[in-house]
Amino acid sequence: MSATIKPVNQKAWFLILPVLICVAFSAIMPLMTVINYSVQDIISPTQKVFVGTEWFASVMRDEELHGALLRQLLFSLSVLVVELPLGILLALAMPAEGWKSSATLVIVSLSLLIPWNVVGTIWQIFGRADIGLMGYGLHALGIDYSYTGNPLHAWLTVLLMDVWHWTPLIGLLGYAGLRSIPDAYYQAASIDGASKAAVFWYVQLPKMRGVLMIGVLLRLMDSFMIYTEPFVLTGGGPGNSTTFLSQFLTQKAVGQFDLGPAAAFSLIYFLIILLMCFILYNWMQRVGTQEKEGAHE
Amino acid sequence: MARIDLDLAHSYNKNPKQDSDYALLPLKMTFEEGGAYALLGPSGCGKTTLLNIMSGLVTPSQGTVMFDGRDVTGATPQERNIAQVFQFPVIYDTMTVAENLAFPLRNRKVPEAQIKKRVGEIAEILEMSGQLNQIASNLAADAKQKISLGRGLVRPDVSAVLFDEPLTVIDPHLKWQLRRKLKQIHHELKLTLIYVTHDQVEALTFAQQVVVMTRGRAVQTGTAADLFERPSHTFVGHFIGSPGMNLFLGQAGADGFQIAGRTLPLPSGRQLPAGEIKLGVRPEYVELVSAETNGALPMTITLIQDVGTHVMLSASIANYKLKARLSSDVSGLSVGETVWIKVMNEHTCFYKNEEIIP
Repeated sequence: MSATIKPVNQKAWFLILPVLICVAFSAIMPLMTVINYSVQDIISPTQKVFVGTEWFASVMRDEELHGALLRQLLFSLSVLVVELPLGILLALAMPAEGWKSSATLVIVSLSLLIPWNVVGTIWQIFGRADIGLMGYGLHALGIDYSYTGNPLHAWLTVLLMDVWHWTPLIGLLGYAGLRSIPDAYYQAASIDGASKAAVFWYVQLPKMRGVLMIGVLLRLMDSFMIYTEPFVLTGGGPGNSTTFLSQFLTQKAVGQFDLGPAAAFSLIYFLIILLMCFILYNWMQRVGTQEKEGAHE
Repeated sequence: MARIDLDLAHSYNKNPKQDSDYALLPLKMTFEEGGAYALLGPSGCGKTTLLNIMSGLVTPSQGTVMFDGRDVTGATPQERNIAQVFQFPVIYDTMTVAENLAFPLRNRKVPEAQIKKRVGEIAEILEMSGQLNQIASNLAADAKQKISLGRGLVRPDVSAVLFDEPLTVIDPHLKWQLRRKLKQIHHELKLTLIYVTHDQVEALTFAQQVVVMTRGRAVQTGTAADLFERPSHTFVGHFIGSPGMNLFLGQAGADGFQIAGRTLPLPSGRQLPAGEIKLGVRPEYVELVSAETNGALPMTITLIQDVGTHVMLSASIANYKLKARLSSDVSGLSVGETVWIKVMNEHTCFYKNEEIIP
């Protein structure tokens, strides 16, 4: 290490000023508004009282919130459990080249282009027993299907709707991952005598890991924020069986004008998503690369 | 192990019309059991296609591939029991080095005890015994390629092991080691090894027999000495050697070979058909002789490069350019000077239509 003193140039700070301003306006200031609300009781536009962490404490103890959070966790988990394997299957089944591949890509992407509220409306009609194909069909099979009356049916319909809407995303990401595997890997596996299952486990899946991880994170975050589809389909009911976190939040903030608790809850909501993504990301980074490191002498 | 007979042609076009449509022109070739062969040629000459046809990754558009007299033209790589190592390392990311090496054996349901023993042996040869439990994806490129090599060599009963430029990604000093390793493996394991490369040093040091290929044709098969001393095609002449053979186009007449207004008498007992003929002489066999020697050419020196072990001399007469490799004790030469050079001796080869005249 040399003892010479490094030249100091503080002007470099000015270079990050534009970024700082952008971030301040786009993220920090709106967030500050929320934080501001979360520690005050807004009685009227001119009357407010500082309440400290009171809102946080009451929100954390809210039974309704616990219910919504549990439903949300179960829902997001189900979304991942169903969509991930289904998306991988879809990616594996898609033709690799030629016009069939282009046609399949377009068809598979279609559902991704439909706006959320339209998806909700489509399924609302699709599930109706009088004019909807699915509702009518299920009734014809003797199943007393009703997404407005039966909590389980409502929950399953919302899940099915999400799977229908978003599995293609995992499929497309997986497809991109598959196409990036050099031919030599398949050739080598074929020469090594690998079965189709072995090729999947040892070549395709590890090579898809990166894109699938992005897919899982996207689906986790998105499903955690799901709002429009259940709102249009069931309005959160029957009871509150399909009231997920963001709808709960909207009821509080817009419906009851409890801005303070709503803001406190927003922050908690945000931290939950952040934490879940952090845990998931780190876990997926480890899968396959680190787990056997322990065996290394 | 198996003896491989090829009698085939291959085109990636559906309806090949001319020679250039073929990746491989009709060829007949035999690889003997237990031999070490190299396929040598520039990029795009068809050597990788030929290798993939042997391994079964590509089916030839016409002709047959025989292993020990058995027709395997339509058989898969697994049915042929071939091992192949590719240009870029292929490793199974999630497996350890040992699992990677064991993979071809596990797929074939070899008993675990036997797998362990064989993997140990191969790791020993590749000097990877200490890394067996590491995850393969964390290793450097040359270690990964050693794993690929190892997976190629791990099955003791393979028909042949095919290498497709396996040392491209390896550092030069490691290349030496790995090449020596391969030779040693050939001695120890007695496998049939076929090695594709565009590097003549690699081919000539590795193989007992080298097949030189260009534009879909196998132009010569022979030992390093054969290719050096008597290239059967002008392509082999200038491709092998550093620099390659000097080739001069001239006329053969009754009294000798006419070039640049001079007639060079042929070596005794040598006959040539009349007409346009190419004379080929290796830079190593060019002689510097005293002025006005009969059968020598007065050439003007254009460049002298002393590379330490020898002197490379470039000289020209009319449109003919010549390179000569002289011992480093020649002195007193300077650029622009005229020297007398003898190109005609018992090592000189003659070519008509690019093919050697025996």
